[in-house]
Amino acid sequence: MTAAELQALSPYFVLSGGIVALLMLVAWLRTEAVAFGGALVVLLASLAAMPYAAGAGPQLIDGMVRVDGFALFFFALFALAALATAVLAFRYLRPRAAHRQEFYILLAIAVLGAAATASAANFAGFLLGLEVLSISLYALIAYPQDAKPPLEAATKYLVLSGAASSTMLFGMALVYMATGTLAFAIDAGELARSDRNILALGQAMLLAGVFFKLSLIPFHMWTPDVYQGAPAPVTGFVATVSKGAVFAVLLRYAVDSGLLTSATLQTAVVVVAVLSMIGGNVLALLQTNIKRLLAYSSIAHLGYLLIPLLVAAGPGGNQSLGVETSLMYLVGYFLMTLAAFGVVTVLSADDVEAEDLEAYDGLFWRRPLLAAVLAAAALSLAGIPLTVGFIAKFYVVAAGVSAVEVATWTLIWALLVGSAIGVYYYLRIVFAMTKQPEPAVMSARVSGFAWEGIAVALVLGVAVLVLGVQPSFLIEALPTLAGG
Amino acid sequence: MILWVVLNLLALGVVAWASERLDSRAPRWVSLAAFALGLAWAALEWQGGPDANGLYAAQSFDWIPRFGIAVILELDGLSLLMVALTMFLGIVAVVSSWDETEHGEGFFQFNILWVMAGVVGVFTALDLFLFFFFWEVMLIPMYFLIAIWGHEEKGYASMKFFLFTQASGLLMLLSILALVFFHYAATGTVTFSYRDLLGASVPESLRPWLMLGFFAAFATKLPAVPVHTWLPDAHTQAPTAGSVILAGILLKTGAYGLIRFAVPLFPEASQDFAWWAMLLGVASILYGGVMAFSQTDFKRLVAYSSIAHMGFVLLGVYAFNEQGMQGAVVTMVAHGFSTAALFMMAGAIQQRLHTREMARMGGLWTHAPRMGTMTLFFVVASVGMPGLGNFVGEFLALLGAFKANWPLTVAATFGIVVAAVYGLYLMQRSFQGEPNPDVAAMPDFGLREMSVMVAMMIALVWVGVYPQPVLDLSAATIRGLGVLP
Repeated sequence: MTAAELQALSPYFVLSGGIVALLMLVAWLRTEAVAFGGALVVLLASLAAMPYAAGAGPQLIDGMVRVDGFALFFFALFALAALATAVLAFRYLRPRAAHRQEFYILLAIAVLGAAATASAANFAGFLLGLEVLSISLYALIAYPQDAKPPLEAATKYLVLSGAASSTMLFGMALVYMATGTLAFAIDAGELARSDRNILALGQAMLLAGVFFKLSLIPFHMWTPDVYQGAPAPVTGFVATVSKGAVFAVLLRYAVDSGLLTSATLQTAVVVVAVLSMIGGNVLALLQTNIKRLLAYSSIAHLGYLLIPLLVAAGPGGNQSLGVETSLMYLVGYFLMTLAAFGVVTVLSADDVEAEDLEAYDGLFWRRPLLAAVLAAAALSLAGIPLTVGFIAKFYVVAAGVSAVEVATWTLIWALLVGSAIGVYYYLRIVFAMTKQPEPAVMSARVSGFAWEGIAVALVLGVAVLVLGVQPSFLIEALPTLAGG
Repeated sequence: MILWVVLNLLALGVVAWASERLDSRAPRWVSLAAFALGLAWAALEWQGGPDANGLYAAQSFDWIPRFGIAVILELDGLSLLMVALTMFLGIVAVVSSWDETEHGEGFFQFNILWVMAGVVGVFTALDLFLFFFFWEVMLIPMYFLIAIWGHEEKGYASMKFFLFTQASGLLMLLSILALVFFHYAATGTVTFSYRDLLGASVPESLRPWLMLGFFAAFATKLPAVPVHTWLPDAHTQAPTAGSVILAGILLKTGAYGLIRFAVPLFPEASQDFAWWAMLLGVASILYGGVMAFSQTDFKRLVAYSSIAHMGFVLLGVYAFNEQGMQGAVVTMVAHGFSTAALFMMAGAIQQRLHTREMARMGGLWTHAPRMGTMTLFFVVASVGMPGLGNFVGEFLALLGAFKANWPLTVAATFGIVVAAVYGLYLMQRSFQGEPNPDVAAMPDFGLREMSVMVAMMIALVWVGVYPQPVLDLSAATIRGLGVLP
């Protein structure tokens, strides 16, 4: 391994070294503060190593891992999301779990897995990263020890996600059988020699597994149940980091392998995208549980993300614009989703989560700051200006229109129709918060004042608004990342 | 300078909200001061006269250079007229709901100021992205105004309002992006600047569709039949200030958008579409009139009459001649005053009698002669009595439309007859006739209400008797559009 490769891998080393150190530390020093503080330090340290790693330039290591601007961007995004999740979970977990040390370490492991997934350059790296991520997620979802819903959610996720992983693995095996390589990029000679039917079948199975992880329709059945059952901060983490990592690797694989140049698979992606955009929004309409509502909303959002995927990897598309749009959309999606789940977490009482929409009645008059953050997040998810969600959606429509041969008007129309439907249920949240509160609801059921959770929610809410009004600095930085 | 005016409204909105902690009456004073300041600024710019390009004020700088998006704000004659109307009606809105809100006064004024900030942006933005941005910024505070302080069916009404406007706005966004893309494909530069896009080369077959995207958004806001159904609900359920702003200002953003964007960006496609647009205008005039006549709810009647009046605007704009356009502009201004006054009256009656049903009114004149006089004046104005603003506007619109298409114009003229019927019907049911025995007493208008009412009266008489300054202001803009023969 060359010095440049080691340099590029430094954030990964810092994170994995830190995780091992923490595991040994909590074995004999079982204080929550050590595990919590240690996890934050390790995540921050890996973030701090990123400029140094970026200095090495793009590196392809052993054909398995590619560390470049794209990979580091996702690594940073995941680490920041984990930081927010850790802080939000700090007070939330206390009444719910007796031993909380491992939670923070599991978060760090999940970030490592997600970062590895996003930097994979062949199937080995892909699978390794994805499984590290998934296995820590099972444990994170089931973490509250005495409650049934998390256990139920974790079991569901374990079984279904395991099935999806094996489908994916089988797909990889078929692709390997057809092409003789594990690398994402297939060179033209191998492609010419390969058995096209087996390749297409393998890629289709691979896509099915990926779509499951991204909870796109018709592979979405697990989403609302897992979202509802999982502890609120973990739900936010699953919705962002897990999906972000899988989308990153899908984007990279699609671009490298030319997967979407196959007309059949392209059509399949278009169909899945339309179903998700429309179906996700329609199914969200009548939800009265905010976690389920956000679950369906995330289905729709991942559907929107398939448009830049097609633009990036489809025939006649615009690769750098598509990748750039995906990055922008994911930043927005991370911010607004984490903000929404942050508010849900902070408002949750010791025994029951604030998941019924009724719990938000009159929130504007009871907790104006939190209500403002949730309103910003909801409006951003709906794509209303002044929020990052609008800029992100604008980006997607712009990318779609400029590469309309591959993104097709059908998809753009589906996005517009889906967004129009979506406004309805996001506004339901906002409307509930503006109601005059019943005197009985006025009394807070939350023990203690979760200032650190409120602070995180506020930072996220402010970021949603700032990037909605002044997105230039991010937009200017994205093309360099997308090109890498 | 224009940006500062917008930011000033936004900042004072925050101040108004915060000032609630000092005194529950402070926010309304902050709001009043903000609009007075804005009106003074508009008056000063008017006094200062236009520069060589016909602009009273202008400003531009880069915003998101990656997409060629810039902050371009320009105040020409038409914009100035609209901004001045906005500020004036802002004062009316604040005064008309002076002591109407029972809770959340600070947030109420915050929303009023933020709607108006968005409106000023809409009337001055000449970058399509920025325009769309402000277009949507108007929406959310208006939604809050209806959803929080509205009447019985506020949830339904506010949602309907938002969905209609948002869905049609998305069509416009798509059209904007397609326009920018085709311009990029032809020239290689990405820009959202209005002036650059005026001559954008869009494939012939797509022009009508892109034009329709804009038209859908503006016609919904206007509103024209058949996308008008949000309006009666939103107006009826909104608090008084909300109705005043909706009818007085927000409907005008639709008309303004047609004149400024839909027609000049797609002159040929609009010309081809003109017959249909005029037909929709006539349909709105007649349908709005007939529906107004069959209402029993004071506020709902006025709401339907707005649809009819805005039909004249549609008719005038698509007549494609100067009289028609001028008529549309004058109607916009006059309708702003007359309808704002009638909504204020509806709010005042509801506050006093706790009903909007005309069956529970009758003979109110005996209790409140000042309110009666005012209602009579503004009903007569809205009916189109010569000497008052609405007459000038509707007359010019019909004159222009007659040149373009006389059969439709003849049909539209019947709208004026219908207007007289529902106007006088409104007057009779509420203020005249046998005094309703259920109404024992009703406090009359005080100095506060009378002062804004008189101000609006003066404005209407002025526009009615001497409309030249208004016509001069808008003439430069209308000729500058470059679409009229």
